[in-house]
Amino acid sequence: MDKAFDVRKQTGFTTIAMACFAMLYMPIILLVIYSFNAGTSIAIWEGFSWRWYASAWDNEQVQEATIRSLIIAFWAALISTSVAVMAALATTRTRKFRGQTTVFAMINQPLMVPEIVTAVALLIFFAMIKVATGYTGLLYLIIAHSAFCIPFAYLPIRARLQGMDLSLEQAAADLYATPFQIFRRITLPQLWPGILAGAMLAFVISLDDVVITEFVKSAGQDTLPTYMLGQLRRVVTPEINAISTALLGISITMVVAFTLLSKIKT
Amino acid sequence: MAELSITEAKRQTRNRWLLLAPALIILIFAASGPLLITLVYSFLSPGDFGGVVWEFSTDAWFNVVMERDIFDDTLGWSDAHLSIFWRSVKLSLLTTLCCLIVGFPTAYFIATRPKKQRDMWMLLIIIPFWTNLLIRTFAILELIRNEGVINSALIAMGVIDEPIQMLFTEFSIILGMVYVYLPLMVLPIYASMERLDFSLVEAAYDLYATRLKVLRRVILPLVKPGVIAGSILVFVPSLGAYVTPRVMGGGNQLMIGNLIELQFGQGRNWPLGAALSITLLAIVMVALMAYVRAAGEEEVRHG
Amino acid sequence: MIKAISARALRKVYPGNPPVEALGGIDIDIEDNEFFTLLGPSGCGKTTILRLIAGFEHPTSGSLDMFGDSLLDAPPHKRQINTVFQSYALFPHMTVAENIGFGLEMLGKAKSEISATVGEMMELVQMSHLADRQTSQISGGQQQRVALARALAPKPKILLLDEPLSALDFKLRKNMQLELKRLQLETGITFIFVTHDQEEALTMSDRIAVMSDGAIRQIGGPRDIYDHPADRFVADFIGDTNFVEVDVTGKGAVRLSSGKVLEVDGAPEAGKVTLAIRPEHARLSTAKDGLLSGTLHNIVYFGTDTHFHVALSDGTSFVLRQQNAPDVTSGMAEGDTVGITFPPSVAQVLRD
Repeated sequence: MDKAFDVRKQTGFTTIAMACFAMLYMPIILLVIYSFNAGTSIAIWEGFSWRWYASAWDNEQVQEATIRSLIIAFWAALISTSVAVMAALATTRTRKFRGQTTVFAMINQPLMVPEIVTAVALLIFFAMIKVATGYTGLLYLIIAHSAFCIPFAYLPIRARLQGMDLSLEQAAADLYATPFQIFRRITLPQLWPGILAGAMLAFVISLDDVVITEFVKSAGQDTLPTYMLGQLRRVVTPEINAISTALLGISITMVVAFTLLSKIKT
Repeated sequence: MAELSITEAKRQTRNRWLLLAPALIILIFAASGPLLITLVYSFLSPGDFGGVVWEFSTDAWFNVVMERDIFDDTLGWSDAHLSIFWRSVKLSLLTTLCCLIVGFPTAYFIATRPKKQRDMWMLLIIIPFWTNLLIRTFAILELIRNEGVINSALIAMGVIDEPIQMLFTEFSIILGMVYVYLPLMVLPIYASMERLDFSLVEAAYDLYATRLKVLRRVILPLVKPGVIAGSILVFVPSLGAYVTPRVMGGGNQLMIGNLIELQFGQGRNWPLGAALSITLLAIVMVALMAYVRAAGEEEVRHG
Repeated sequence: MIKAISARALRKVYPGNPPVEALGGIDIDIEDNEFFTLLGPSGCGKTTILRLIAGFEHPTSGSLDMFGDSLLDAPPHKRQINTVFQSYALFPHMTVAENIGFGLEMLGKAKSEISATVGEMMELVQMSHLADRQTSQISGGQQQRVALARALAPKPKILLLDEPLSALDFKLRKNMQLELKRLQLETGITFIFVTHDQEEALTMSDRIAVMSDGAIRQIGGPRDIYDHPADRFVADFIGDTNFVEVDVTGKGAVRLSSGKVLEVDGAPEAGKVTLAIRPEHARLSTAKDGLLSGTLHNIVYFGTDTHFHVALSDGTSFVLRQQNAPDVTSGMAEGDTVGITFPPSVAQVLRD
């Protein structure tokens, strides 16, 4: 038959789209491939080897940075998610309340304000506190991370909440359940995929943060990304590739899990 | 919803603010509050070794765009700063443009796949977006640096003798930023396109429009909200970019973010850094408000 | 005379698991300056034919010609055919006038010509006062007229209408049916109209093609289709019908359940056939005089008509319809034994 006219086709668009996907993934794929490079170059392939993973594993600085990253991410996810659940419950499925715009602006601030601005603001503020109290521990980073993770935990929870039928909770109230019981027995069982998704998102965001961490940290308080940033100024070996690949693995797993969680129906 | 008694309404309000309190406290402490302090700092004087001296001064604000000539003490425009502002705006606009050129067809492609496939394609776009910014910047670095994959391959194939200098140029910064922010352009355009009623496209063909005319007269106007959203979502963060220009530009090609960082490092001018931060914030806020207004008008027009 | 549309063995299969045959190799000829209706239930293939003619779909096999030239090489924007979409598909970002002028713009006509034609069209559908409105701000009925004007403005050779009246309320629909008929007569353009509403088809069409399951059951004028349905589907789909099973006695005659013999056209040599008889073509009589007889078990009054439901002796039901004359009753009561008569010519032999 003669070639059919496809109403949806636009000249060249598919080519560009394919090129776009290739462009998005090729650098990352190359990065992963070269993490297995037996040689020391990040560009010239000399055979397959696990050596860089081994050396990263043995690298004390990497170990410290990884542990620090994980601790911060864990606490940031925990705090921001707990806080976000409460905030979501307070602001979703209600009538307009006074101060609503301000509250939303504050919750979403980390999304709207450029990271460098927040980073500088925190640097200044925490410097004041450091001078006043002499404390230079991890708490600054944990609080900073918790703050900018809040919108990332908040949005999936809110979305999930909006999709839930309010009348179920009203029925429970009608049957003498207290607010706490309602939350525990009715809301939570339906909400948990959203909470889990929010927590995972917060975890990944915290793990990946570079700018704010770089400004807020004290000397020697590297997280994995800031360690890598420092390394980029010096001689670069495939060890960075190995660390990157490991981080990529975690991120991708989380993202896929997050997508699947978002698809769970009540 | 049934009418509530006054006490019931009051109770609800009190509960609401109780629930919101933890989030707001953290945010005030580590997000909004520090911004105000930054504003205050912009009106102070720099300390000798960093930090500030608590003396009121508007010098920082002057220095954002002006400088005092060290020889004859006259006030003139700060070429260094102005060229950095110009570069930031220029590079951000170019990044946005490139993202548009690549992202629009990509969003269109995904939106015209069969329904079941679309989620998978979108996942492919989203995955790079959630990977570490540094890793993505590093991945591009590996490609284009002098000892990187592209140059090594070209030399090995004998096409060139010397590596092509791609890194530490404005080109590399744009490339890095496009690579990082592309998903942010695709997502909103895709959302707009998904809602496009394709019978309108058929109607246009039915009325003798060619492919190009259909694109220009029907598709583009109807996905304009998505295009605007995507442009803002790329322009705003790229304006305040820090990591990408630092890694890709290597300290020669400064953008606003790097200039700000400088003040807290070698520059030792915290008030200036604070003033520059607030300036950047102001520009971003203006852009966002313009967007919100434009989006609102579009809604009204299309009914 | 050259046909406006001529299709042979036109077939369309949609891929899938399993593949769907929307059109199973049909033949159809549509005349120039004709109001032609494709009638059938949803899924029968009528919209598929329309989309093939418009160019939005490509046939799996078969030929499709317009005024003697094959349509198959031409993309939709190269065919002098315009469509009125079921959802109207008005461009929301353009005004009424801009919508109507769109086709002419795309054809590169001069601005003056465009505004003149647009003005004409708006007069034609009585929308001149709404020229500058956004299409999202006008009512459904007005949108429909804009869609019509937009499709007529480029003066196509053929106008395709895909169930354009289905979203309108009853009164509006009735008015538009007359409007469309008038427009077709005035413009002389071939109208190909798709609907599932058999009353609509009967009202407006010069000829109707009754379709089901991707095949054409019968093509003919409204009277033809109504009085002489070709098969059970057509008889059932159009209007109300009584189906009477009879035995063939040979030589063009059949025996009814009452035992009486009837001469009918089109009976086969032997076997059983079904006769189709319209309710309004039969009359009540005495049981002795009737061709069929049974018990009158329901009389339903409808204002304009009365329906008589008769339970025949073989257990089947037969409905008669009689127009009411003022102050005249049938004289029958429920429970009476009655007879049913009809002239042999109204009994249609159905092939199946």
